[in-house]
Amino acid sequence: MPAENSKNQNNVVATRWIYDPKVRGIIFQAVAVACVAWMLFYFISNALHNMETRGIATGFAFLENRASFGIAQTLISYSEDDTYGRAFIIGLLNTLLVSVIGIIFATALGFLVGIARLSKNWLLSRAAAVYIEIFRNIPLLLQIFFWYFCVLRNLPAPRQSMSLGDAFFLNVRGLSIPAPVIESGFSFVVGAFIVAIIAIVVLRKWAKKRQYLTGQIFPVFYSGLGLLIGLPLLTFLFSGMPLHWELPELKGFNFRGGFTIIPELFSLAVALTIFTAASIAEIVRSGILSVSKGQVEAASALGLRGGLTLRFVIIPQAMRVIIPPLTSQFLNLVKNSSLATAVGYPDLVSVFMGSTLNQTGQAVEIIAMTMAVYLTISLVTSALMNMYNAKNALVER
Amino acid sequence: MSKLKYLTGVASAVALLIAGNAQAASGDTLANVKKKGYVQCGVNDGLPGFSSPNAKGAWEGMDVDVCRAVAAAIFADASKVKYIPLGGKERFTALQSGEVDILSRNTTWTMTRDATLGLKSTATTYYDGQGFMVNKSLGVKSAKELDGATICTEGGTTTEMNMADYFHANNMKYTPVVFDNSDQTVKGFESGRCDVLTSDKSQLFAVRVKLAKPDSVDVLPEIISKEPLGPMVRQGDEPWELLVKWSVFAMINAEELGVTSKNVDEMKTSGSPDVKRMLGFDSPDGTTLGAVKDWGYQIVKQVGNYAEVFDRNVGKDSPLKIVRTENNLWNKGGFLYAPPVR
Repeated sequence: MPAENSKNQNNVVATRWIYDPKVRGIIFQAVAVACVAWMLFYFISNALHNMETRGIATGFAFLENRASFGIAQTLISYSEDDTYGRAFIIGLLNTLLVSVIGIIFATALGFLVGIARLSKNWLLSRAAAVYIEIFRNIPLLLQIFFWYFCVLRNLPAPRQSMSLGDAFFLNVRGLSIPAPVIESGFSFVVGAFIVAIIAIVVLRKWAKKRQYLTGQIFPVFYSGLGLLIGLPLLTFLFSGMPLHWELPELKGFNFRGGFTIIPELFSLAVALTIFTAASIAEIVRSGILSVSKGQVEAASALGLRGGLTLRFVIIPQAMRVIIPPLTSQFLNLVKNSSLATAVGYPDLVSVFMGSTLNQTGQAVEIIAMTMAVYLTISLVTSALMNMYNAKNALVER
Repeated sequence: MSKLKYLTGVASAVALLIAGNAQAASGDTLANVKKKGYVQCGVNDGLPGFSSPNAKGAWEGMDVDVCRAVAAAIFADASKVKYIPLGGKERFTALQSGEVDILSRNTTWTMTRDATLGLKSTATTYYDGQGFMVNKSLGVKSAKELDGATICTEGGTTTEMNMADYFHANNMKYTPVVFDNSDQTVKGFESGRCDVLTSDKSQLFAVRVKLAKPDSVDVLPEIISKEPLGPMVRQGDEPWELLVKWSVFAMINAEELGVTSKNVDEMKTSGSPDVKRMLGFDSPDGTTLGAVKDWGYQIVKQVGNYAEVFDRNVGKDSPLKIVRTENNLWNKGGFLYAPPVR
């Protein structure tokens, strides 16, 4: 405390507040924050002032204007009469769609390839190594073009589509599948689905307790699967099948009705998956190698077979090493999805930073909004992954 | 204490740097261009007929010739131009920020661009309109038969909006596939991803030349929008704007008065007073615009009159073979009407 007795030779020497390191630290930090805030304020007000003097429109009022352009894939309803704000949401949903699909499949494929790379089967591990080296090193944009034009070149025109029955049609415009049309009784089925999920959770808890007490294993997976499928299905049948399918039909140029999965989405998802899975495979491999060999030996001493060892001993410990770089790969995938503009997939960059920017000319606001969106997605993803990582942390003595 | 001095020094140096660079490219483009010694011209990165590099790497096209005319007027040397290829998304930002002095990139004159971007269209060099290109095998003869079609287009242009409005007005549905640049769009159309390719008609003709099978496509007769193309400059820059505008008018007036790059030398001595004024040998001469005295002579001699520029880039002497219908002189049934040099 600053008011120590300066006459006391054995204790801390008296200091005036200005020399106290803690106080100094606070002052410098406050000055630094003020400097950053002032710089930010200066840049923004400078930009606004310059734009005003040159007659360039500013502000976010353009979000209420009519969009006047169509979008190829819209997950929610959209027409040219909707606003630019709604177009922004559509683009965002498309980006999230391709990102989620990419993350799920890339993680699955990456784990498989990573584990295959460590297999004792020479052919399997060599094949995995070749896959990793090829797809990790070719630029992603080239891979996207490859899948897109490879797909386009080989698929037939709509009038000569490949079809499965009268319901599935594959042609150069995409894969047309029947779309479910939901009728009024469907909410019971949804309710049954939720009940099934709760039942599975309860079943798992009960089975685990039973296993600890008596050592008997209950087939939770299969019975859970049966519940998940069976319960909603029974409800569906008993409530009179409140669902019918809208089949795609060829009318004029293209297929109408049903869902169409456009080739842009397909090629983007495939290219992102394969590219990111190659990096994820290496991360998984490093994670598994980080678990000491003693763990495997101890597991086999307990009588655990290969698959069980992997599931209960190795992977849980490897996850601690895997999660941080895996987070980076997920963020990379989300950002790489912006390459969609190269193949015409209507993601956020293409719809908002492309069409909207050119029609309204307000570059600064639009690019700032797009950057903010990507930043938010990345921060949320890494926050979730860090929470998962913290839960998995080793509890030490 | 020395740490504090150091920090203060760094902070003030940064502030000075920022302040020093904050002076923007505003106001006097003409003086800047004269000081630099060349015109910075923003062009399309590869549109045959309007601006594309030829086999030797030199830039050619109607938009390129506009910049060369401006350079000829200022420096009496049409080669004093630096060409900066720009894509559809960054063209306006490049002009707004001062990276280019003039944007000669087949840009349509619209109210949004005049009023909200801080930019200004000068003169119209080409009266264009949006059209559709289809595969002959579809058997479509008119744009009204395109209900439900998939349409390829380049992103970031007026094309998307016009297409949406046209289909809306005619109660037809369509699916757009929007690509990043014109090469991708053409590839998408050729591979069969879409039924129709839409763009300004001049671009459709230019693109048809690049196709593997130019005879397999049809350009439909409908014109669904007005696209007056011409160079753009920044607002608040009157001397520069006047110079660009009148350089274009000089070429049109030259055609009207029958002056070509071949006969301009004899016309400069034997021509009528109209001709002499237009060439800059009588008042008002080029110095009133801030150009060289014989501005008209330099433009016609080094670049040509409008007919020569049109014919060699997009007309009968070029692979595009566009007919002059709207882009003819006012007294020959077209829209080209330049104010007189008087």
